[in-house]
Amino acid sequence: MASLAKIVRNFYRDSVTLMHLSARLSALPGVSQASAVMASERNLALLREAGLLASDAGAGPNDLLLALAGDEAAIAAALAAAEQGLYEAPSTENGGRQQQPPRSLEMGLEETPGANLALISTPGDYATAEAMKALRLGLHVMLFSDNVPVADEIALKRYAAAHALMMMGPDCGTAIIGGVPLGFANVVRRGGIGLVGASGTGLQQVSSLIDRLGGGISQAVGTGGHDLSAEIGGMTMRQGVAALAADTATRVIVLISKPPAPPVAAQILEEARQAGKPVIVTFIGADPGPIAALGLTPAKTLEDAAVAAVALETGRRGERSHSLPEERPRPAGEEGSRRQRYVRGLYSGGTFCYEASLLLGESLPDVFSNTPVGNALKLDNVWQSHAHTLLDLGDDVFTRGRPHPMIDPRLRLERLAAEAGDPETAVILLDIVLGYGAHPDPAGAIAPAIEAAIAAARASGRQLAVVGFVCGTAADPQNLEQQEARLTAAGMKLAQSNAEAARRAVRIATALRGA
Amino acid sequence: MPLFDQELTVLNVGLSAFADAIRLAGGKAVEIEWSPPAGGDRSAGLTLARLVNDPRVEAANRAAFAAYLAAEPVLEGIGRAAEVIPGLRGRTILHAGPPIAWQKMCGPMQGAVIGAILFEGWASRENAARALAERGEVLFSPCHHHGAVGPMAGVISPSMPVWIVRDPASGRRSFCNLNEGLGKVLRFGANGTEVIERLAWMATTLKTVLEATLGEAGPIALKPLMAQALHMGDEVHNRNTAATSLLLRRLLPPMLRSRASRDDIAAAIAFIAGNDHFFLNLSMAACKAMLDAARDVAGSSMVVAMARNGVEFGIQLSGTGDCWFMTASPVVDGLYFPGYSIADAAPDLGDSAITETAGLGGFAMAAAPAIVKFVGGTPDDAIANTRAMGHVTLGSNGGFTLPAMNFAGTPAGIDARRVLDSGLLPVINTGIAHRQAGIGQIGAGITHAPLACFTQAVTALAATLPDE
Repeated sequence: MASLAKIVRNFYRDSVTLMHLSARLSALPGVSQASAVMASERNLALLREAGLLASDAGAGPNDLLLALAGDEAAIAAALAAAEQGLYEAPSTENGGRQQQPPRSLEMGLEETPGANLALISTPGDYATAEAMKALRLGLHVMLFSDNVPVADEIALKRYAAAHALMMMGPDCGTAIIGGVPLGFANVVRRGGIGLVGASGTGLQQVSSLIDRLGGGISQAVGTGGHDLSAEIGGMTMRQGVAALAADTATRVIVLISKPPAPPVAAQILEEARQAGKPVIVTFIGADPGPIAALGLTPAKTLEDAAVAAVALETGRRGERSHSLPEERPRPAGEEGSRRQRYVRGLYSGGTFCYEASLLLGESLPDVFSNTPVGNALKLDNVWQSHAHTLLDLGDDVFTRGRPHPMIDPRLRLERLAAEAGDPETAVILLDIVLGYGAHPDPAGAIAPAIEAAIAAARASGRQLAVVGFVCGTAADPQNLEQQEARLTAAGMKLAQSNAEAARRAVRIATALRGA
Repeated sequence: MPLFDQELTVLNVGLSAFADAIRLAGGKAVEIEWSPPAGGDRSAGLTLARLVNDPRVEAANRAAFAAYLAAEPVLEGIGRAAEVIPGLRGRTILHAGPPIAWQKMCGPMQGAVIGAILFEGWASRENAARALAERGEVLFSPCHHHGAVGPMAGVISPSMPVWIVRDPASGRRSFCNLNEGLGKVLRFGANGTEVIERLAWMATTLKTVLEATLGEAGPIALKPLMAQALHMGDEVHNRNTAATSLLLRRLLPPMLRSRASRDDIAAAIAFIAGNDHFFLNLSMAACKAMLDAARDVAGSSMVVAMARNGVEFGIQLSGTGDCWFMTASPVVDGLYFPGYSIADAAPDLGDSAITETAGLGGFAMAAAPAIVKFVGGTPDDAIANTRAMGHVTLGSNGGFTLPAMNFAGTPAGIDARRVLDSGLLPVINTGIAHRQAGIGQIGAGITHAPLACFTQAVTALAATLPDE
């Protein structure tokens, strides 16, 4: 341990500057103690007490004294650096004058007084509090977060209704408000069709098909997945219907949901009847009778809803831009393909799986799913397909500990390879979702796996059909045309909608049964 | 107006990709730099959410803040503590911060208490004084419970002279002891002969001179003096150089006109002129008067006291009466005098954070570029600090303006809700005491009021407001 002192004569610096310098010097490697002071009697005494000063060499109050202890080489270098530092001009660069970014909704609103909607996607534990704050500050809310207790959802929606605010969600993935896509949404033409949907992918499918058919969207309101339960009572869907009824830009209204709890459905349909505008109702899988009886237009599938809405909006009959092509089953007599008869659907969108399950279940026996509906049956082991199997890969059982398949395709790619290797697989069904929030290049991510799957089957003497559709628009950041071209090139049979893809799969499977 | 008829502007809380998407699509989105409020305490976060924009709290805060602004504290005189401070009877000693028992006091506070016992003559030796305190023969009470404040240990005993500050608007009086200077002083726990002798001199000679001077001068308005000092580089907490000079300039003519002896006057002037912090205790009394004016407004989330006893940091809200909301006092990571380090430091101590509570000190850092290096910063950082405090306060005090910020008023009236929601903690400029009694100040720096105090305070305030 060595010590070293240096006097800089007639060099005044204020004590704070010197304390700062001392701290910097003390932090240098090899320096155990460092002190920069004006050499007043009091300071000299302090340094002597601290053992930093052997002799004061006649330093006076106007002299600056640098005293260091520590490793010999280190303190010499530190002393040189300190002297240098005394003469340097202070740095003027720093971010001190930068604006403090807002750290709360209230701060955000102070800085942007015109803000009118809070888009909240915090972890579920904190979502209720943020949404309540937003409502209390007079903001409309889209609550993307899930895992919000039902009691909280009721409280939020009651508060919103009492204060004329829109409360979309919790668990609301998609909305388009004033032409602005929120959450997972597609870039669609503006127009006269207003949507209210409990399902994010349902809203994406209907809005992008409307765009594809030449129609346009006024507003798309997401309600969140639990809104139409008996407890919540469809508060947001009713709010959405009323808002679209009052909105002059909206000429046609489309409601999208799985079948609501019966009293909730009755109330919503009654209020829809009073909207004074044509209302198309897609309660996927619900009995169309009561809907038609109220003078509303039932639509069986999401695609049907889009077609009907465009027909009503434009006054011309919406044309399905396709007719189902003849499906050619495998060439008869090929040994390797005799056992090939089943459809395997690998969905990233839960509503797509739901709709496809209903459509397959109508025509095919032995349809299994991890989320069965209609005639479909519960799949015992979700990791092993059985007969016709449709999987919602966004279900909790698959997403625990990993991102949703719309963002991270790995799980689906693995399952695709596994299904292709199964000699019983005849058709693989896929959904490809574009838009904001989705994978930047979903076709590019899955195309090589499709090519590999077809090639692997062919190598075993099987002809594998991969049928799919792209939910998206030309204006989406991923570009619909390029995505479709990439998938076609990979060998995918391209449908324009989920329903069409499912029906094509049914035709192939039916043809195989007959063969 | 219905949502569909407005141009959409989104505040995005959570996944920032959503804000990017909105902007890419041509919409307007503002990103909130969010983290779980209340330090992730979900239940406190929900309680806070229910108080955001609550009309009862908003109205109460307007009333409390208006009372704070309306206060015009004047220096009225100087008096013997026992004669002027309400409730200071018998063997009672007042101390800084929230309530604390003798056994739990930090070193500097115990040292100061012993010094006060010796000064009062309740015991003649240190051991006897300590024994007296240990036997419970001395009552301890926070300064704040008596309209008083004191820097560091904040010890006020019955025979000490105190400043008397009055706010004509509220009619309340506030008190603070007199500043002893630097070095071996009671407020840092020193209690040797020189300390006791100085206290005795202050209680006699200095008190007599100042009494005569103030009698001659009449009441001195403190806000204008503090405002002027802000324009001269003080923030009237850790820098009082200008304010002390301004005060002395005010006192000199009446002092020389007074009947005090020439020798006493010379000694008093030398004492005041030799202590850059002489004004601090008056600044604190003035701030105490302004904040006491804002007390006891039901429903108000305005902070009316932040104080530390060297063990615990406590705050009080206007809407929750005399309740303290406390947590462990932080150790200040500041700049240390030669030979000392953070290992030697006592946890944060003193009532002087009353200045920040009143919108001065750390809240007025932009006024005092000379001391911003305490934070290792620059004048730009000082402005950033002051601006940040603008986000957690109810308004600004036009009586205290900041030249470096285009003469904007200092941010004032801390709203506990906003602290909890934003996580922006009130900034405090502070001196650092050695953990052992009597060694004195060993550094200075910047610290922040702990979040836990605000979590408790907001929860307690919510309990006073029935669900609507």
